[in-house]
Amino acid sequence: MTNAWTDIKNTDLVIVMGGNAAEAHPCGFKWVTEAKHHRGARLIVVDPRFNRTASVADVYAPIRPGSDIAFLMGVIRYCIENDKVQWEYVKNYTNASYLVRDDFGWADGLFNGYDEEKRDYDRTAWEYQLNEDGTVKADPTLADPRCVWNLLKEHVAAYTPDFVENLCGTPKERYLKICEMIAATSARDKVMTSLYALGWTQHSKGAQNIRGMAMLQLILGNVGLPGGGVNALRGHSNIQGLTDIGLLSNSLPGYMNLATEKEPDYATYMSTRGNKPLVPGQTSYWQNTPKFMVSFLKAMWGSAATKENDWGFEWLPKLDVPYYDILRMFDMMSRGEVNLYFCQGFNPLLSFPNRAKLTEGLSKLKLLVTIDPLKTETAHFWENHGIYNDVDSSKIMTEVLQLPATCFAEDEGATVNSGRWLQWHWPGATPPGEAKHDTWIMANIFLRVRELYRKEGGVCPEPILNLAWDYKDPTEPEPAELAQEMNGRALQTLYDPTDPTKVLVEAGKLLPNFAVMRDDGSTMSGCWIYAGSWTEDGNMMARRDNSDPGDIGTFLNWTFAWPANRRILYNRASCDLSGKPWDESRKLIEWNGEKWAGFDVPDIAVTAKPETVMPFIMTPEGTGRLFARRLMRDGPFPTHMEPFESPVENPFNAKLRGNPVARIFPEDVEQLGTSADYPCVATSYRLTEHFHYWTKHNRVNAVLQPEFFVEISEELAAERGIVKGGRVRVWNKRGEVWAKAVVTKRIRPLICGGKPVHVVGIPLHWGFMGAARKGFGPNSLTPFVGDANIDTPEFKAFLVNIEPAAEEASS
Amino acid sequence: MSERAPEPVTAAANPPIQPLPSNLLASDVIRASATAELPAPERQLTQVAKLIDVSKCIGCKACQSACIEWNDTHPDVEENVGVYENPHDLTPDMFTLMRFTEYENPKTNELEWLIRKDGCMHCADPGCLKACPAPGAIVQYSNGIVDFISDNCIGCGYCVTGCPFNIPRVSKTAHVSKKCTLCSDRVAVGQGPACAKACPTKAISFGTKESMIELAEERVEDLKSRGYDNAGLYDPQGVGGTHVMYVLHHADQPSLYAGLPDDPQISPVVRGWKGPAKTVGLAVAGLAAAGALLHGLFARANEVTPHDDEEAENLVDGAGHRGREA
Repeated sequence: MTNAWTDIKNTDLVIVMGGNAAEAHPCGFKWVTEAKHHRGARLIVVDPRFNRTASVADVYAPIRPGSDIAFLMGVIRYCIENDKVQWEYVKNYTNASYLVRDDFGWADGLFNGYDEEKRDYDRTAWEYQLNEDGTVKADPTLADPRCVWNLLKEHVAAYTPDFVENLCGTPKERYLKICEMIAATSARDKVMTSLYALGWTQHSKGAQNIRGMAMLQLILGNVGLPGGGVNALRGHSNIQGLTDIGLLSNSLPGYMNLATEKEPDYATYMSTRGNKPLVPGQTSYWQNTPKFMVSFLKAMWGSAATKENDWGFEWLPKLDVPYYDILRMFDMMSRGEVNLYFCQGFNPLLSFPNRAKLTEGLSKLKLLVTIDPLKTETAHFWENHGIYNDVDSSKIMTEVLQLPATCFAEDEGATVNSGRWLQWHWPGATPPGEAKHDTWIMANIFLRVRELYRKEGGVCPEPILNLAWDYKDPTEPEPAELAQEMNGRALQTLYDPTDPTKVLVEAGKLLPNFAVMRDDGSTMSGCWIYAGSWTEDGNMMARRDNSDPGDIGTFLNWTFAWPANRRILYNRASCDLSGKPWDESRKLIEWNGEKWAGFDVPDIAVTAKPETVMPFIMTPEGTGRLFARRLMRDGPFPTHMEPFESPVENPFNAKLRGNPVARIFPEDVEQLGTSADYPCVATSYRLTEHFHYWTKHNRVNAVLQPEFFVEISEELAAERGIVKGGRVRVWNKRGEVWAKAVVTKRIRPLICGGKPVHVVGIPLHWGFMGAARKGFGPNSLTPFVGDANIDTPEFKAFLVNIEPAAEEASS
Repeated sequence: MSERAPEPVTAAANPPIQPLPSNLLASDVIRASATAELPAPERQLTQVAKLIDVSKCIGCKACQSACIEWNDTHPDVEENVGVYENPHDLTPDMFTLMRFTEYENPKTNELEWLIRKDGCMHCADPGCLKACPAPGAIVQYSNGIVDFISDNCIGCGYCVTGCPFNIPRVSKTAHVSKKCTLCSDRVAVGQGPACAKACPTKAISFGTKESMIELAEERVEDLKSRGYDNAGLYDPQGVGGTHVMYVLHHADQPSLYAGLPDDPQISPVVRGWKGPAKTVGLAVAGLAAAGALLHGLFARANEVTPHDDEEAENLVDGAGHRGREA
């Protein structure tokens, strides 16, 4: 989230699109009901189904799964056409006025530079026109036809209300009503917040869905303001923490990237990360990357990391492919290229697409190690459970080791919520049986592996042998020790660079923030963005003071929010160019003539004068990007792309299938179906009664939602002879599932391209282990393809067929 | 006087850290079933109420979950029968239930998904208590809570007949009637009801009846600003008002919400049999049953004969059907 859960109370308008906040985030949703009750906020829900969030919405609109970009570009078009633009914001805080290279263009659904063979763009032309000194050319009058604003206007021209209605299946009148409500928040004293989740990410163009909303919020001047922002509601209680500390295969902690094999040494890696400002005087905070990187390397290898050996940079793995995402790992597994798989806190057999392929992959492993508090389906993939897991156990040779771990309520540490708050918690129960903390398990594996390297040597032993492991009990590092390591310490006494007599931090002390980090090896920090979370003043994450002096929901003494305890990112943009809040009644910070101050930690140097330093301090431009330059593989503007399996053709280019640059493995192309065989659009989702595949192990949750079902419209039920509560079979090329049918008015056929499109809703909480009835997950049916930028699987739009089925034989 | 637990006035009220004696005493009982004369209460507790704002309810079932956990009940893992209600009805192990109704509003042509938390309404004039032949099996405290005292219950099911909301359910194994207690055991020690505390969206509030009515007025105003001209409070006077109330978008049509009675009344049969006239009422229900019940009551208060059982089952089933029709 750019903002925080508690900040939602400040809004005038909530749009939930690409998510189902009431259903999947019921506790956080309290802030929506709060905004409605005490601020009179309105709630818009756009979703293929009239869901639980819609049940309390002011306006609901249906949308065909996978058509969100068209909807959002249409709203942008509406705002531009009707002059509903926060002009002062757009002209000063976005890149609207920057000139783009003449050779950039878009035609027939594709940007320039497309290579069909490589399924990739040559992105050279997707760039600003630069002056000789490397700064950006701009036309503040927005008259130049090559300025971002005019290119955007041109780009969204196709998305007329009729086009949107025809493509999305959203009735035009309803759509225009929503456009009007959204556009009204372009006023200085009106704010909209966007709440989204996996309904936007789980598409082959997921990142572009979110870009679409980010652009709209910039145009309306709603980013950085209380009650505004682009707010990702994270799907697990600590998935924000996972991304923060870089557990994705191409990440390092604090949103730094792992090097590729073309960056074998530190100098080469840093050569493309200078982040020189593109506009003079801008912050471009990533200029500090060397400080964060060296501090990280010092945390990894301690005294073994020296200037002479590039701080151990060469011991970091280098990627030979963009990343080893889970789709790639399972594809390799299915081809027998993986021997050993460690599966920690993860149940891929139900949570990744095309279950048949996953089973095939797991069956080809030599050893599978699972670390989990629960008996997961993945750990039991080799067991035959009738139709629910129809495998021949005698043919599976994989050895499985289940290491029982503790669950969140049995351990101590911080979970990071969607609002970036690191909230420390304490164990509420003693682990059962032989269950051990994950840290104990990992430490003991590490110590044994290190011993083997010591005794037997091996290829590249240095990363293991040199790893800093200075814990009181090496077999079980304490949560406090790990947290302090992430925060960081001064390794030598740090002096003020402007006054060398002044000591900033004494050697050995915890760092107060990331601003004191150095790139000379005198500081260490495992995750720079967490600096300040555990200082010499104590564990900031354990703070529980819920006072809120500005009554603006920032709660600065409640736990710790990264970065720097800041609750709203880009909050300098909550003020006009001169530094006054756009809306005095929603004051967060302001320029008091000398510095920035207020109820949040300013997201700008506190003495940075207004009118000179722009709010988007992480970009080299200092502005928010309506045009994303070369930074996304599938285009600097979002353009409509159909899902890989779609009932209609891409109206821009009938030849295109899915996202033209998304990676898809050859065998998986063959498993795609067409609407001739599979006429219904399916989408997956969560229900409030359950949390993923965990709570079906709990009897109370099993009581509340006991059995796998699919949801269909009354029209589809009538067409196929399906009755409420009857059993149905849902299938496509990749698999089949049996479910109970919930026949509902909450799903209606959508008219797209002149024909009705039926939606089949498939909730995701059942499997063959646990207390609930045995069932299936949607992943028996979902395609093995992901987003073009990050490969999040396309779970939210795929094709199936459905028919009535005989009742299950009682056994 | 020794320090007793405070009366809770919010859903989130937390009890003091040190254990304090209950603040809901036998002497706070103002009415008891089949008991003509009670000693005059020494004090009047603050009247409490639970307000369920259906316009804030997202149907998440956290209330059901909290109810199961707090009361330590064990509902069955049932099947899906094509709806979101699970369990499919109130049971002796499920005192509260989200009921879901898909309503196409003919005035707006909009679909509405009306979600109502069903459960005991804690009537000011409780039909269950009036119908109950077992002395002290149903009591009403001066704060408005209507509670079933299982130790005195004979499982006859008359309370089901007496209830205009079709709430109590008789356990076929324990032979006692069960329903929501408004968490009398929590309220007694300074805590709000478990469901209200668990509710993530503050759709369930708890406090003094007066403050709940005020809150409802605020909510009704907000709903009217959103076009719900008939929004209002459901506090039906046919049963003397209730200590569980609803904010409804369509207060003119309560029955839209999964058959919430438009104008609940205690059945005339039950109304007729109170105090000394009780045997007459029982005669209406069946003389044989009355004899057996009286025998059961005085001989072995907690046990029932097979005959009682049979009669009770007939009554319960009959009441169930009537409830559905209502």
